[in-house]
Amino acid sequence: MAEPVIPDFGEASDCVAENRLFCTDWVRENWDPVLQPALVEHIKLTVIAVGLGFVLSLVAALLAHRFRHVERPVAFLSAVIYTIPSLALFQLLVPVTGLTVTTVEIALVGYTLLILFRNNLAGLRSTPPEVLEAARGMGLTSNQTLWRVELPLALPAIVAGLRIAVVSTIALATVAAFVVSEGLGGPILGALRLDFRTEIIAAGALAVGLAILADALLVLAQRAVTPWASARRVT
Amino acid sequence: MRAPRQAVEIVFDHATKRYPGRTTPAVDDLSMTIPAGEVCCLVGPSGGGKTTAMKLVNRLVELTSGDVRVDGKSVTALDETTLRRGIGYVIQQVGLFPHMTVAENVATVPKLLGWSKRETDERTDELLDLVDLPARDYRSRYASQLSGGERQRVGLARALAADPPLMLMDEPFGALDPITRTRLQNELLRIQDELRKTIIFVTHDIDEAILVGDRIAILREGGVLAQYDTPEQLLAHPADDFVARFVGADRGLKRLSLTTLDEVELEPANGLVGPLLDGQTTLRDALSAMLTDGARAVVVDSGDGTRKQLTLDRLAELLR
Amino acid sequence: MIAAALDVFVDSLQFIVDERDLLLEKTLEHIVLSGAALLVSIAIAVPLGLALGHLHRGSFVAVNVANVGRALPTLVVIAVGFIFLGIGFTTVMLALVVLAVPPILTNAYVAVDEVDRDAVEAARGMGMTPSQVLWRVELPLALPLLFVGIRTAAVFVVATATIAAIAGGSGLGEILVNQAAYDVEGLVGAAICVSLLALAADAALGVLQRWLTPAGLKEELPAFEPDVRPVV
Repeated sequence: MAEPVIPDFGEASDCVAENRLFCTDWVRENWDPVLQPALVEHIKLTVIAVGLGFVLSLVAALLAHRFRHVERPVAFLSAVIYTIPSLALFQLLVPVTGLTVTTVEIALVGYTLLILFRNNLAGLRSTPPEVLEAARGMGLTSNQTLWRVELPLALPAIVAGLRIAVVSTIALATVAAFVVSEGLGGPILGALRLDFRTEIIAAGALAVGLAILADALLVLAQRAVTPWASARRVT
Repeated sequence: MRAPRQAVEIVFDHATKRYPGRTTPAVDDLSMTIPAGEVCCLVGPSGGGKTTAMKLVNRLVELTSGDVRVDGKSVTALDETTLRRGIGYVIQQVGLFPHMTVAENVATVPKLLGWSKRETDERTDELLDLVDLPARDYRSRYASQLSGGERQRVGLARALAADPPLMLMDEPFGALDPITRTRLQNELLRIQDELRKTIIFVTHDIDEAILVGDRIAILREGGVLAQYDTPEQLLAHPADDFVARFVGADRGLKRLSLTTLDEVELEPANGLVGPLLDGQTTLRDALSAMLTDGARAVVVDSGDGTRKQLTLDRLAELLR
Repeated sequence: MIAAALDVFVDSLQFIVDERDLLLEKTLEHIVLSGAALLVSIAIAVPLGLALGHLHRGSFVAVNVANVGRALPTLVVIAVGFIFLGIGFTTVMLALVVLAVPPILTNAYVAVDEVDRDAVEAARGMGMTPSQVLWRVELPLALPLLFVGIRTAAVFVVATATIAAIAGGSGLGEILVNQAAYDVEGLVGAAICVSLLALAADAALGVLQRWLTPAGLKEELPAFEPDVRPVV
């Protein structure tokens, strides 16, 4: 658990005492005890939430692809969850799962469902009809068509959804601090209450930086798994 | 290296397809036999049921009554997936898998059938060369990098990959520009010369059917067979007004394009002066040359040193 | 566990009934704050986005600003605002606007940019002036997508305003961030209220969107549709 650092008069540096915007010495000192654990927790929160959300939404999308009438209820439900303000959703879960990481994870998973479900489904549906006809005419079974044709072709949309989900979850996970002091939200909230600027800036920068880095990595991943999308016409 | 497969005969036996809620059938009591190794063109107006009839063979459309037999066995005897893996299927928009390279596309059915990697690779290269796309250059390209004509060639190669004894082609060249279309029609003839598959070729273009087909089946609205004959017979003796109108008022001229100069008996030239043509020229082009030059005869180079002549009168005689 | 939870929910409903004056006051404050922030954001982002989209300029920025906006945690924006402007209305407004502008801007841009070029060309060919093309062709066709952006932003603003209470914002957030002062029933009660508020706002805007969409474009729009079009 991350503890907000109380500027200790007499022992702290001038920078901290004056509450300047960014004190490198404080950051260096508190990287190990405060910032790094918070960062790692934050990554864990995100990975679990997006991972679970992805599995759930992929299953839902595969079902909706096969059975038309699944789409509307799932889309509606995930949209309702998405519309509920995060702080409220956390609070609504607290009576059921307490002030724990579980509460936070359930909410975060819920928030990823809408974007992941819609993108997964749109991706599955994006196969050109003539490709489907050719596959069927050549003697591929439905399953073979799904695994060898539809899913690979759905990858661009799927990864695009993952990008949005990951970035949104990293941002949303900071609000988790209102429930349990996990992730980068903890130091930010604590520092906010004490008006300690360096910590706010440091933790905030980490959160934003993490989101941007994750986004860039996913863009690279997308290019790697879809070589045909960037193939240029050979003259 | 696998031994090439023999082509098979296709029989339509009172084949009928009725869609629920429609009064007229899509295919109505179709009976005809397509001999092994021949190209049968299904021609007709839109809604004439030609594509539906073709799809009865690989069961993309299921029969309502009657039967379709491939190599003596009913198409309903096999499970449909197994059936389709033994039939080459080429469609107008090709349907190349965008996420696979050319080689991977061609290898699709061999892979499904469990061929070894070495066999598959050999076969892929062989086919790409056959369709005039040098394997070295084209193996690793993606569909988005190919022109329309190149894509359809890959489609052809892909359909031929597992060496199916029969092929179904649904307006395969319809989406191409006229020049590419002509080129691919001739490619198909060349490949067919080599491979001798049984092919059902659907088209709405009677000229294409005449060029490509060994036999032509004309279906009218409601999926009824109007006439099933060789191109010569069809053009010379259309069964009724509908067929006559469909083949066109210029069927006389069309018939002329079926024969080349070296296929007919001609008188020696005897010093006649006129446009000089070689033996490969069609009678139609010969007539065109006469009209253009204002001559009443052309001189033919027989290739063995002698010259023959073709007069307008002789031409008319040949048409009778 | 479920039984205990049900107890809490029942108690929270009781709280809502008991404290309905307080909640009503807070809800109204929340609506006013959110509405004001939304209007300011629309005033900034819509003209800018429409202009850029009409001119087909600045696409890289306009399209990616939403991505950047998504990466900014609400708490961080509020905290940074707090550093420079302290607690108070300005901070809250600034944070809300900063977070609401990106989705509106991107959607406004894409909505106009992606208007059927054939339609625009036909309009120009018929002799419409550029501003006539804008008002009679581009804007009506861009309206659905633009509205999706505004709906997204509206929901987002309601959610952000809840958190912004920590920097002095008014509204239902005041209860939700003040976990010391209220029991869990109070917090859950406030949570229920703000959730209903968000859902109602989205539904209302959905109705408005349907009403404003030209008849020919009325496709099947599901009830809730935040700006989550597959962006490839």
